[in-house]
Amino acid sequence: MTIVDMEKPNERGLQQVAANERLTFFGLTLPYLLMVTALIVIPVGWLFYLSFIGRDGSLSFENYERMMKSKAYIRIFLTTFKISILTTIICAAIGYPLAYFMSQLSRKWANICMIGVLIPFWTSLLVRTYAWLVLLQKKGLLNNMAIEMGLISEPIKIVHNTTGTLIGMVHIMLPFLILPLYANMRAIDKDALKAASSLGATPTRAFWTVFFPLSLPGLLAGLLIVFVLCLGFYVTPAILGGGRVIMAAMKISSNIELYFSWGAASALGVVLLVVTGIILFIASKLVSMDQLGNR
Amino acid sequence: MNETSLNISIRDVTKKYDQFYALKDVSLEINSGEFMTLLGPSGSGKTTLLMVLAGFTNPDYGSVKFGDEEVILKPPHLRGIGMVFQNYALFPHMTVEQNVGYPQKLRGVSTSETKRSVEEALNTVKLEGLGHRGINELSGGQRQRVALARAIVFKPKILLMDEPLSALDKKLREEMQIELRQLHDTLNMTTVYVTHDQKEALTMSDRITVINDGELMQLGTPNEIYEHPNNHFIADFIGESSLLPVAVRNGKASLNGEDITLAEGAEKSGEFLLVVRPEKAFLADKKIKGSNYFVGKLIDSIFQGESQLLVVKLNADDDDGHEVRVRVPNESVTQKALPAVGENVTIGLKVADSYVVS
Repeated sequence: MTIVDMEKPNERGLQQVAANERLTFFGLTLPYLLMVTALIVIPVGWLFYLSFIGRDGSLSFENYERMMKSKAYIRIFLTTFKISILTTIICAAIGYPLAYFMSQLSRKWANICMIGVLIPFWTSLLVRTYAWLVLLQKKGLLNNMAIEMGLISEPIKIVHNTTGTLIGMVHIMLPFLILPLYANMRAIDKDALKAASSLGATPTRAFWTVFFPLSLPGLLAGLLIVFVLCLGFYVTPAILGGGRVIMAAMKISSNIELYFSWGAASALGVVLLVVTGIILFIASKLVSMDQLGNR
Repeated sequence: MNETSLNISIRDVTKKYDQFYALKDVSLEINSGEFMTLLGPSGSGKTTLLMVLAGFTNPDYGSVKFGDEEVILKPPHLRGIGMVFQNYALFPHMTVEQNVGYPQKLRGVSTSETKRSVEEALNTVKLEGLGHRGINELSGGQRQRVALARAIVFKPKILLMDEPLSALDKKLREEMQIELRQLHDTLNMTTVYVTHDQKEALTMSDRITVINDGELMQLGTPNEIYEHPNNHFIADFIGESSLLPVAVRNGKASLNGEDITLAEGAEKSGEFLLVVRPEKAFLADKKIKGSNYFVGKLIDSIFQGESQLLVVKLNADDDDGHEVRVRVPNESVTQKALPAVGENVTIGLKVADSYVVS
């Protein structure tokens, strides 16, 4: 080869190979992209549009104005957040120790425990919710047993209220907290805890200064998933709340089914979506800050 | 003894898993300020012994004393040892400074004193100025140094190291071996070092304890271990020896029916193994007195830079003829030509270097 003729061997061919690779990857994501567009982007856009349509069919903010003014709507939002926050906190209080325990077991035993955590997923949400109703209702298993054992004389009210809703929701949400948290805890280097210990940390001190900070990304991910799922939860609060616990999703449903008010339902949906988006945004900032610390 | 180090006294330490002894009645005295290496193949029990010293593994019975104090019942955080782990075990959510300052913080050392001691420790491991870095911004060698700084910042009297260099590349590992040894000489703390790398053990240690199957095989200086292995396991494990079967009858030794002269070990009759170190064997033109000679066929010749490794098969016609390795140093370009593969060669081994193990 002469210096004048500085040909780069196979340059075109190799560029073609790279282009083909990119095309293949695009092809693999195409079904999902189509589905998201058809089933999420378009309906959500349509909802968004509907929320700005008034009763008379003209463009207006009346759906939003009503929400701001109506005490009922504000109460529904407060209930939704209260139930979601409580469920998330209780899930963390129950799930963190369990995930920690599982992360310290051998793989074999941890897998057996994991099956226990996942078994609820094998039955339908509706079945599980009604099962709680059977257990918790006035003449349910729990009350009957407690009366027979002489613990209480009158049946206590543990369903068709906030307590029942929380019990059912915590049960259903728990795996969503445990899965990411457990995966995170498994990945924590056990030697880091040993190191802390050899350097003079008591087990409690080692836990709080090393294990807990390292488990935070998993905990935050779990909390977030649970909280966001709770915000839009419908079936369990509807059944176990007995009409006394009204969350946003239930109001959306009744707006459509009882009042045929698509505009009002859409506005509620949009507000819920925006609030969820803001929370996700803040949380992602928190998580990435934490990961920054990891670097 | 000075106050920067403590002697370690291990007595009858035994750890059994089901039917398998990880450690079997291990007793060992480690002197104050000594660099002691526990050397053995994987699964030999060397790491278990280190973990017993650190307090992470409890033996079934046995005694471990640091100085005069029995520590076997003490939890790890009360033993006051510095420890360096195989994979460094740094805290990824803390900076270099926070990692190194961690033991000081636990000890309630003042902020200014912590800052000073952290700086000093980082200087000692040649990481000055990197205190604000995150752990993930560091190279493997730098992480190793942080782990070391963290283990020495509180001036422990005993430093334990579990294969700390195994993740580094060869060149860096060899540099660190020298550095670790120099560090030990400066700080003078009692150091117990676990490795499976015999060359590393020879390079760094005051004394080496060879462990296999949970038992101590031999304890000695690197020189003793290399030149006078107790048995064929150590002769094989340390260095690149060839072991040749030798029969000793009435003080006379023979290999393949030919008489040979041994420097030591011909007192008892029986079957033994002759230890041939490749660097001690040589190619012989003529047989001079004072050496043993073996004839064989050159079957491989490998250029290795500083030397040429020759593989010679004795009794080449025999299927189970033994192989002997001979290292010819690459001394000068005027060196006379080496034999070609396939040629018959005569190997010599000085009588002084001829010893057998059982």
